[in-house]
Amino acid sequence: MLIGGILVITRKNAVHSALALIMTLLAQAAIYLMLYAPFVAGVQIILYAGGIMVLFLFVIMLVSIERTEKERQFNKQWLVGIVTAGALGGLFIAVYTKGKGVFPEHALPTAEAQNTQAVGSLLYGQYMFAFEIASLLLLVAIIGAVVMAKKRI
Amino acid sequence: MLNYILSYLTSDKTPGAAGNFFWAFVYILLVFGGLSVAVIAMNWLERKILAHMQVRLGPMRVGPHGLLQPIADALKLLLKEDIMPAEADGFVFWIAPLIVVLAAFTVFVVVPFGPTHAITDMNIGILFMLGVSSLSVLGIVMAGWASNSHYPLIGALRSSAQMVSYEVAMGLAVVSAILMTSLNDEGTGTLSMIGIVQAQQAQGMWFIFKFFPLGLIAFFIFAVAMVAETNRAPFDLPEAESELTAGFHTEYSGFRWSLFFLAEYSAMIAVSSIAVTLWLGGWLRPFPNALTGPTWDLAFSLIPGITLLFLAAMCFYSTARMPKHPYFRIQTIGLAGFGVVLALIGLILFFPPVRIRIQDIYWFIAKVAAFMYLYIWYRGTFPRYRFDQLMKVGWKILLPMGLGVLILTATVGLWPLIQQTIWHP
Repeated sequence: MLIGGILVITRKNAVHSALALIMTLLAQAAIYLMLYAPFVAGVQIILYAGGIMVLFLFVIMLVSIERTEKERQFNKQWLVGIVTAGALGGLFIAVYTKGKGVFPEHALPTAEAQNTQAVGSLLYGQYMFAFEIASLLLLVAIIGAVVMAKKRI
Repeated sequence: MLNYILSYLTSDKTPGAAGNFFWAFVYILLVFGGLSVAVIAMNWLERKILAHMQVRLGPMRVGPHGLLQPIADALKLLLKEDIMPAEADGFVFWIAPLIVVLAAFTVFVVVPFGPTHAITDMNIGILFMLGVSSLSVLGIVMAGWASNSHYPLIGALRSSAQMVSYEVAMGLAVVSAILMTSLNDEGTGTLSMIGIVQAQQAQGMWFIFKFFPLGLIAFFIFAVAMVAETNRAPFDLPEAESELTAGFHTEYSGFRWSLFFLAEYSAMIAVSSIAVTLWLGGWLRPFPNALTGPTWDLAFSLIPGITLLFLAAMCFYSTARMPKHPYFRIQTIGLAGFGVVLALIGLILFFPPVRIRIQDIYWFIAKVAAFMYLYIWYRGTFPRYRFDQLMKVGWKILLPMGLGVLILTATVGLWPLIQQTIWHP
């Protein structure tokens, strides 16, 4: 996943970057699998690797690659970037070395066979309201996209 | 070691679920070997059936009735020069066919040929199948772009637009079938491929007939979307010969091209097996609720053997009709030998222990084979869609239909509960 992430930002060719991003997303799905969350992993593959990245590639392929490769790469936010990355890395190290108390001693004994059902009943039971609000937000986004794309409704 | 191997035989789980690596490996080899044979057979059948639909003979030269034609084709492809365009993007060009083949083959890990005849049974089975098969479009897009040529690029663009649009309708149809699995005492459904078939068994009904006609409409949506997903006629715009030469694989030749071919046919088998599992009762035999009793069980369990004996009889009939010329002697002997082998396999299938174990697999394969014939039939009869028509069918017809069926299925499924709360508060 780290290799994929580094490749995303260092490749000059946009298509290569997108392919490295797909690799990163697949690695993330594998991490979900290792955390006994098969449902989230499956959805990750379908939505990100199979759906969104195809649209990314679709757009990138329409852009002329040759011209963008010759352009000078510029980045004026490297200072902020380094500070953020350092802070995040420090946080990870701190959690890894001292954070034993934050996490439970053992992994929770969630049966793998029940994971999907548990996610379903939580979403439609306890978190029903949040779920519906999220769907409303998506509806607003769709309507907004249609309004912006169409001049005459 | 021997105990480890034998210990699985009494188990009633799939090798993956039982955690037995030896049998899992055997199953993987069997499934992939069978898949390759099926692709070869499909190649021959498609050419023959298409030819007969167009009142031609089709391949007749290599072997009796062209039976050895696929093998000759495979040899030709392996010996062909492997060309890479000068301006192509080497790495992406190289890896694209691999991704397509991997995506098409990996999905067979969860295909249930019987209650225990699957490599493994995943909790997210159907989600896994849809997810991994949606990765194959990446390979197609990469192939089209890396070729650095106009026709492949247009083919890849069309393909990605088409697949993304039809995946939505396909997903909605699948969800409405999964909703039907939750009509049990606990009220929770399942995504596992084996669990879906067991739900149909428990409810005593294939989901295509459930809540008539809702199951039928969902099945119809899926049946249309799956043809579009596999880029087959009449949705074969990404590889339309008359417009784009060969679409995304124009620049591929030899072995790489044969990988695309392999992937296309195994993807067809994969989506057909999703349709069979979700709506046509997977490995269950026809009429499980109407024709019950030991007599019918016996009659249905004899059908696999009878099918093979029928094929053998066809072989012997053709042998008798072969031209009586010394030139055809070897071919005649070969055909007769093939018939004898088929007849022997058919006889073995009559033995009770074999008969009982084989019938799940037989019914699953027979249903998938019916879908394969439908694919050829579509190709022989329907003209190709125009691109705007394709998008119109996908977004304006199939998608609203899918949404409607989903909502209606949920309403009908919850109807007892709704009735209770409205009339008897």
